[in-house]
Amino acid sequence: MHPALSVILFTSASGGGYAMLALLGLFGAGGVLSPDPLSGWVAFIWALGMVTFGLLSSTLHLGHPERAWRAFSQWRSSWLSREGVLSVFTFLPAGIYAIGWLVFEDIWRWAGALLSVSAIATICATAMIYASLKPIRAWNNLWTLPGYLAMGLASGALWFTLWAELMPVPHKPAYDFAAVGLVASAAIKLFYWHFLDSGARAATAESATGLGSFGKVRMLTAPHTEENYLLKEMGFRIARKHAQKLRRIALFSGFLLPLAAVLAALLTTHLVDLVLLAVAVVLNAIGTITERWLFFAEAKHTVTLYYGAERA
Amino acid sequence: MTSLPAYPSDRKLGLVIDLDICVGCHACAVNCKEWNTGGHMAPLTDYEAWGDSPSGVWFNRIHSFEAGEGVNGRTVHFPKSCLHCEQPACVTVCPTGASYKRGEDGIVLVDEDLCIGCKLCSWACPYGAREFDEDVGVMKKCTLCIDRIYNDKLEEIDRVPACVATCPVGARHFGDLGDPKSEVSQLVAQRAGYDLMPELGYKPVNKYLPLRTNRAQAGCTGAPAAPLKDPREEGTGSRLLRWLDRALSR
Ligand code: SF4
Ligand code: SF4
Repeated sequence: MHPALSVILFTSASGGGYAMLALLGLFGAGGVLSPDPLSGWVAFIWALGMVTFGLLSSTLHLGHPERAWRAFSQWRSSWLSREGVLSVFTFLPAGIYAIGWLVFEDIWRWAGALLSVSAIATICATAMIYASLKPIRAWNNLWTLPGYLAMGLASGALWFTLWAELMPVPHKPAYDFAAVGLVASAAIKLFYWHFLDSGARAATAESATGLGSFGKVRMLTAPHTEENYLLKEMGFRIARKHAQKLRRIALFSGFLLPLAAVLAALLTTHLVDLVLLAVAVVLNAIGTITERWLFFAEAKHTVTLYYGAERA
Repeated sequence: MTSLPAYPSDRKLGLVIDLDICVGCHACAVNCKEWNTGGHMAPLTDYEAWGDSPSGVWFNRIHSFEAGEGVNGRTVHFPKSCLHCEQPACVTVCPTGASYKRGEDGIVLVDEDLCIGCKLCSWACPYGAREFDEDVGVMKKCTLCIDRIYNDKLEEIDRVPACVATCPVGARHFGDLGDPKSEVSQLVAQRAGYDLMPELGYKPVNKYLPLRTNRAQAGCTGAPAAPLKDPREEGTGSRLLRWLDRALSR
């Protein structure tokens, strides 16, 4: 699948942003946070800024961005529509929670709880857009949903930890969430790549054409001499050796090195730990974007079976 | 509404494509383009039509495959357009309601005025039946020629999809696959018509008729191969002709 920059940025930035909102809500509901206005402002601008940036960039690849509001209508059948509804709805509890914190200098726990649930549901809906597409085996599997949740948590918790260290906020529990998110992301991605390489459940050129009874099916001539929409959008191919290299970058830069930095930050003094966390955030962003690029680039669509692919 | 019709009728209009007959001439694809670029989903935009790498929107594409090896191998021309599936995820994933499946005849269509051009439906179609029009910014697809099959301005014989009307060898059939007594349904029953990628569960309405298997022996008629005789040999032709032949050969 063609790795469109707008969609890569959207899923990476808003995934982390919603996870950070979820943690803000969760810690507030748990009574850990105190309503200091300055730290509140920084937190909300940070998380909502990431979310908004992601959502806006997702409208960039639309043929008719001015009609985007229509996408809220089909939540009964469409995960994309559900994602649209949830992503915008989350601004409501976020706004109420922010008003309590910034205006009334009070942590409204119920609003925090609602924010947390709504933000997590949004991440799930984003993942389901991909997980529900049967023609794309690399997405239509059990690893997609946990992958999005864990990677969202890893980014969001790293941002939250850095924020908590910068502000007069109790920050020790945030480290646990960051570590859990990073370890889970690494584990899920390793299992996912194993599944991808195993070739399990792949569709074949034989089942796509129904000509398997004669033997192996090969393309003789394509229907057209130049690339068409289908090949540009769904025929994207990446060399296997590049994929392996990029997977290592995603694994180390995205998860393992940030994990080491987080653990080291726990042991060091203030200022040093800030630097370590900032490095972790940057490395994680590079790794996340690399992983998201691969998530698209490595995904094969069944339409390629009609254009010479043997399996998809 | 992108939910599937709650009470679909029994009518399932669709195509039956005979892979045994198709000669891969692309006439159906060309006539499809010609009709539809002025039809319900018009235009079927072309980019760089006279440039170095022309491309554009087509609803029907003719692939050619080889299957198997040697005397048992086959060259197969394989036309492919929207299969008007009974479980079309292309419809249910659409966030706007632009994609829909009609209850009355099962045809899958796009309402261009609602489409935001998110392209998700083209990802959800396993068969590559939807093509995005970059100029107009909306998704386009086969309409089964709703503007022909219900068009009472046309002679009755022409009220079939453009591809069916134009196929010079009669490899394409149009009809109601929901009616077991219809000609197309009987053809599918007789010839063991099949679905593409049935394992994905989209339940395509369009069916493909397989190659006839007895063709493997068709090259052998059972007659012994005998060399032609030289007419100058004894016993062939008239005496006069043989004399003439000798006289002229001198
Ligand atoms: S062939 Fe593709 S576009 Fe046509 S109904 Fe089936 S899934 Fe939808
Ligand atoms: S491209 Fe148009 S028809 Fe297709 S899913 Fe998006 S809004 Fe619906």
